[in-house]
Amino acid sequence: MSDVISLADIRRVFTMGDQQFEALKGVSYSVAAGEFVAIMGASGSGKSTCMNILGCLDRPTSGQYLLDGLDVGVMNSNQLADIRNRKLGFVLQGFNLLARTAAVENVELPLVYAGFNSRERRQKALMAIEQVGLAGKENNHPSQLSGGQQQRVAIARALVNSPAVILADEPTGNLDSTTTGEIMSLFTTLNRQGITIIMVTHEHDVAAYAGRQITFKDGKIISDSQTGQLV
Amino acid sequence: MDFLQTVKIALRALRTNKMRSFLTMLGIIIGIAAVIAMMAVGSGASYVISQQIASIGSNIILVIPGSTTSGGLRTGSGGVQTLTSDDARAIMTDCPSVAYASGTVRTSGQIVSGNMNWSSVIMGGTPEMFEIREWPVVNGRSISQEDENSASKVCLLGQTVAENLFGSADPVGSIIRIKKIPFTVIGVLERKGQSPQGQDQDDTLFVPLRTAQRNLVRSQRSGIVGAILVKAKSEEVIDKAESEIQSLLNQRHRITNSKEPDFTTRNLSEILAVAEKSAKAMSLLLGSVASISLIVGGIGIMNIMLVSVTERTREIGIRMAIGAKKNDILLQFMTEAVLLTMLGGLIGIALGTGGATIVSRLLGWPTMISIQSITVAFVFSAAVGIFFGFYPARKAAGLNPIDALRYE
Ligand SMILES: Nc1ncnc2c1ncn2[C@@H]1O[C@H](COP(=O)(O)OP(=O)(O)OP(=O)(O)O)[C@@H](O)[C@H]1O
Ligand SMILES: [Mg+2]
Repeated sequence: MSDVISLADIRRVFTMGDQQFEALKGVSYSVAAGEFVAIMGASGSGKSTCMNILGCLDRPTSGQYLLDGLDVGVMNSNQLADIRNRKLGFVLQGFNLLARTAAVENVELPLVYAGFNSRERRQKALMAIEQVGLAGKENNHPSQLSGGQQQRVAIARALVNSPAVILADEPTGNLDSTTTGEIMSLFTTLNRQGITIIMVTHEHDVAAYAGRQITFKDGKIISDSQTGQLV
Repeated sequence: MDFLQTVKIALRALRTNKMRSFLTMLGIIIGIAAVIAMMAVGSGASYVISQQIASIGSNIILVIPGSTTSGGLRTGSGGVQTLTSDDARAIMTDCPSVAYASGTVRTSGQIVSGNMNWSSVIMGGTPEMFEIREWPVVNGRSISQEDENSASKVCLLGQTVAENLFGSADPVGSIIRIKKIPFTVIGVLERKGQSPQGQDQDDTLFVPLRTAQRNLVRSQRSGIVGAILVKAKSEEVIDKAESEIQSLLNQRHRITNSKEPDFTTRNLSEILAVAEKSAKAMSLLLGSVASISLIVGGIGIMNIMLVSVTERTREIGIRMAIGAKKNDILLQFMTEAVLLTMLGGLIGIALGTGGATIVSRLLGWPTMISIQSITVAFVFSAAVGIFFGFYPARKAAGLNPIDALRYE
């Protein structure tokens, strides 16, 4: 299988005033199409920093990031916006839905920027909502949805534009175990449909849903193990 | 992203904070309303003046007795009696740039018709006077040269005089008494309205000049006129006509360099043109004072848009994370600002138009609202939105996606 993602010696240095902090100290790994990867590690080890770089929200200080064989480092901000829109689906840490906006409209948002007309948007968004098991709740605002339901709306939004890769930063961070189970089986289903998933989590049993676990410590990868999928 | 969608998103954002949107708009509303109302009052005033120019007749030169400066002092025009009917005739025949000239006398007195009586201005003039003032008869006939030559006791009534003496009855053919002398009414003049000085021009009664000189006014010599009204052949020759009149009268009155002229010429249209110009300048001044409030309103918009960008930093982050480009964000916030000001502009136009109408109804001021001033106001309000919305929008578009997402 070809690599969707390939990181080579990625470093990220944050500068605050005259202080410098190296959050990523040379991270290299590749993810093949169709893989389900869990990223683990202690708080502050650089997981989110790495995810932001993968999601083209942030640029590495040095190192090379190839997405689908294309060097992201040389792209301008409009090209990156396009990549985020078409190739990636981002489930952000925290729910990050637009308040006072119906679920279906939140899901439609990537399609707005992709240039679909309103009929196509509505159709695709309703399909995605059904896919995450929220049919009937499409007109609820985020404040009228439970935490797990909000997270599913976020997942529906991530997959509505049929991305190659879904990036999820602690998608079950503040959910109970039942809801966590539901979200994880949703990810498993999506993964079986061929979508590459990279997911950050603190919990081993959540990580166990993935076929591969990468562990970060102090900005470096300390282990990368292929366990095969448990479920 | 299509434009319609951008407008929809912007409208929704404005609706979320209805009260705030309204208060923000208020600055623009007041500014535009003030500009519209001020322009309406100003252009109403200059319209009235231009109407008055038309009402006294165009290309008119007034010759009055007495010098403008006499030993450094102005003498009242009625003080000396130096102009005669012969002067008027000479001006008409000898000045090539002059179309018509008429000597006039003016007095006032009691007019009686049956048991009605009315006090009004009485003017004596030759038939040319009505050509000069472009003042036709609407009922009956005008004063003829024969009436003038034979000093017949006939008169023309202004509309106000006719109404006060006869009501709705037809005055033509009736006998009225002017200063106790019986006159036959031969016609009624068209309505003229107010003079530039604010007098009712229709409150006037006209008799032949010679009749007036013989029967109604007293003078030291016969043939004396109070003033001579002259109409130049065209606007282009009005200055030429004026100097022709001056040199003719200088000659006739034996005025030399050492002697002050005993008459003064005045170009009436010129005086009014100056008045019109100053009315226009006034309306421009009022308009620009009012537009200052528009700028203040624009600053209010900028302020609120900046607050809004800060408040919605997370939203901006989310939009960027799922594929919004810088330009999409820029356009979204610009659209919001422009919608705010355009909406404010529309409301302001409605208020300003309504306000001007109320002012003209209540205070009797003439107001005029032109499509032009409405268009200018609307375009200007949109421009205020673009100008003051740009900085906040650019600030939003320049945000870094992660910083925006992390913003609390
Ligand atoms: N914008 C920034 N400026 C300065 N330092 C930063 C910035 N973002 C992250 N860091 C630092 O980089 C390190 C890694 O942060 P990161 O968010 O990647 O941790 P994480 O592994 O996701 O932790 P958690 O599990 O708590 O989410 C932290 O020490 C953090 O303080
Ligand atoms: Mg994190």
